[in-house]
Amino acid sequence: MATTRTPAQFALLRDRARRFVELATTPLVPGDFWEVIDPLRGGANPRGRVVAVRPETRDAATIAIRPGRGWKGHTAGQYVRLGVDVDGVRQWRSYSLTSPPRPDGVITITVKAQPGGVVSGHLVHRVRAGTVVHLDQAAGDFTLPLVRPAKALFVTAGSGITPVMGMLRDAAGSLADVVLVHSAPRPDAVIFGPELRGLAARGGLRLVERHTEVDGRLTPERLAELVPDLASRHTWACGPNELLDALQSTYDAAGHGDLLHTERFRPAVVAVGEGGTVSFGDSGVTVEADGATALLDAGEAGGVLMPSGCRMGICFGCVVPLRGGSVRDLRNGVVTTAAEGDDIPVQTCISAAAGPCHLGI
Amino acid sequence: MTTIQKQDRNPIAHLTPEDVENLGRELDALREKVIASRGADDAAYIRKVIKTQRVLEMGGRAVLLASKFPPAWFVGTAALSIAKILENMEIGHNVMHGQWDWMRDPKIHSTTWEWDHASPAEQWKHSHNELHHTYTNVLGKDNDLGYGIMRVDEGQKWHPAHLGQPLWNLVNAIFFQYGIAAYDLELGKNLSSEKRRRDPAFKARLAATLRKVRRQAAKDYVVHPLLSGPSAPTTLAANLTANLIRNLWTHSVIMCGHFPEGVETFERTSIEGETRGEWYLRQMLGSANISGGPLLHIMTGNLSFQVEHHLFPDLPSNRYQEIAPHVRNLFERYGLTYTTGSLPKQVASAWRKVIRLSLPNDLLAKKKRPARPAPLRAVAPVRQERPRVATAGS
Repeated sequence: MATTRTPAQFALLRDRARRFVELATTPLVPGDFWEVIDPLRGGANPRGRVVAVRPETRDAATIAIRPGRGWKGHTAGQYVRLGVDVDGVRQWRSYSLTSPPRPDGVITITVKAQPGGVVSGHLVHRVRAGTVVHLDQAAGDFTLPLVRPAKALFVTAGSGITPVMGMLRDAAGSLADVVLVHSAPRPDAVIFGPELRGLAARGGLRLVERHTEVDGRLTPERLAELVPDLASRHTWACGPNELLDALQSTYDAAGHGDLLHTERFRPAVVAVGEGGTVSFGDSGVTVEADGATALLDAGEAGGVLMPSGCRMGICFGCVVPLRGGSVRDLRNGVVTTAAEGDDIPVQTCISAAAGPCHLGI
Repeated sequence: MTTIQKQDRNPIAHLTPEDVENLGRELDALREKVIASRGADDAAYIRKVIKTQRVLEMGGRAVLLASKFPPAWFVGTAALSIAKILENMEIGHNVMHGQWDWMRDPKIHSTTWEWDHASPAEQWKHSHNELHHTYTNVLGKDNDLGYGIMRVDEGQKWHPAHLGQPLWNLVNAIFFQYGIAAYDLELGKNLSSEKRRRDPAFKARLAATLRKVRRQAAKDYVVHPLLSGPSAPTTLAANLTANLIRNLWTHSVIMCGHFPEGVETFERTSIEGETRGEWYLRQMLGSANISGGPLLHIMTGNLSFQVEHHLFPDLPSNRYQEIAPHVRNLFERYGLTYTTGSLPKQVASAWRKVIRLSLPNDLLAKKKRPARPAPLRAVAPVRQERPRVATAGS
């Protein structure tokens, strides 16, 4: 007897099939086994495989990544949070995407190795093709509007060129009148230098290179001299906070604040001290704790229902995520720091505040 | 064994409080050395073990789809048994200890791991990580001493029910995963009164365990046999066998950790105000190792290094082997006995104890007068004059 199935019946069947497969793999999930066959599948976050690492300058490199299942694509100018294992420890950082959306799906980020930077140094100097990395979906609103402005200005310094490069690669052809003012220490320190100069030579944009070793730092006054018609240009700026702050106040003072779009890189530098204000989840509870008081004790003293166990650092019954700020391991002084968006599990019974910190409980 | 405090020759009498604190500092330094050198190689190790385990499990279950052919049955059952043992011992137990939390991989983390076992991870972590590892071998505090159904120490009061304990131990070995689930629920205590039975917290834990038991049983005894079609009965038998092999193996290994002769026990009052050094000392005397090769170590989840594991329960298991000689050296320098032996020897020793203590103490005393355990003899000669304890610098 032939019957036709309704979409609801199909959904029910699919759900039953899914539950059957999950029962076959319990207590793991099917993805845990898929992962063995295809390392780009399995996790909650999308993953990607590094397909190429190309040096840009002495201390910067472009990493090309082919995202796996679940990656929803990006708009030029957006950034991605990238999780990479450095010395066995998963580290997450945000990087601007320097590629336009491409038919082959490959995305690129361009990273400048920061002095002492654990992740940036690893990505620039040690990562090789084949490495599997973890991704969040692309995010950020530092993008060009669908209706392109008649005249555009990009103001960048150092690695601030990265999101703008994404936009230029995507939209240089559709922007009629583009000026790029870029500041870098020296000509050979300009990331994408040859490509930008080539683009300028072909008439794609007017490139103004500023080299701080000769010209000094870029200021709003210098910018106004370099680009006399800036008041008529939609402006996208990315660089150090001092430059962006100065530009914002100049634009605001001139009444052009709505023309300026800025992108700030938030470096993961947090005040590291002895003790600090500990805040707990969304409860609104905050506790002042000194550098010798375990977060567990501080939380309990503040009336927070803290998970706890052995209270001596062995059972891991007290682990909660550190969502921001720094904590210090009371046993060995090692400091763990969480940037915004991080979720680093810490043992509260043997960790104390090392500056203000926020726990996700 | 009688608790260390009640023995007429106390094996730690020669140590001064300063010695004990020095010992603690040396162990802290050893721990820091391993933590400072944890890195990509260790991460690669655990990922490789996990991958191997999953390949073995998938491969074993795939072969068992044709389990009505005897060679497939044997190969599949062997692969599945090994996979289950690896999952419980080297992966599950150690991940749930937080040994790999430092990798910050949410998939391999003590807060997220669920193991192929009847007892839910959450309850196991409480009874094992928190109670057993904190109160190791303290009478009345550490329920692992006989699991509440057996008498494994002279200090535990004899009851006629203990006469049957060799049989209970055998039954427990066969159904070990369910024994552990019941133990983690503290069934004996929690079913003892109406009030306890009705406690919502207990009822929630019971429901969680029953759900886990149901899912685990459905997987091994319904879903995979069904998938095997005509091989359903033989796949069912294979899965029963793999679980039985895993139960017998893990039970044997775990008995070797704290039951063999030479392992010391402690009075409840002895841990009041215990210092870190004293805690370390209790772990050293309260655990026993199993000697053997690399295969034994991985199949026991490195619990063959039970002493090292109890000193540092959160260090990655693959590193116990390298610190073992340093730990052993500490035992020697501080005049302590490092209890170890081959698997058959330690299993036999634990079983002998289970059988011997099924009878009351005085009955035993008449039968076999000097039941003096080994470590006491080792320490005895140095009792009169306290030996100079060598410290790290000497």
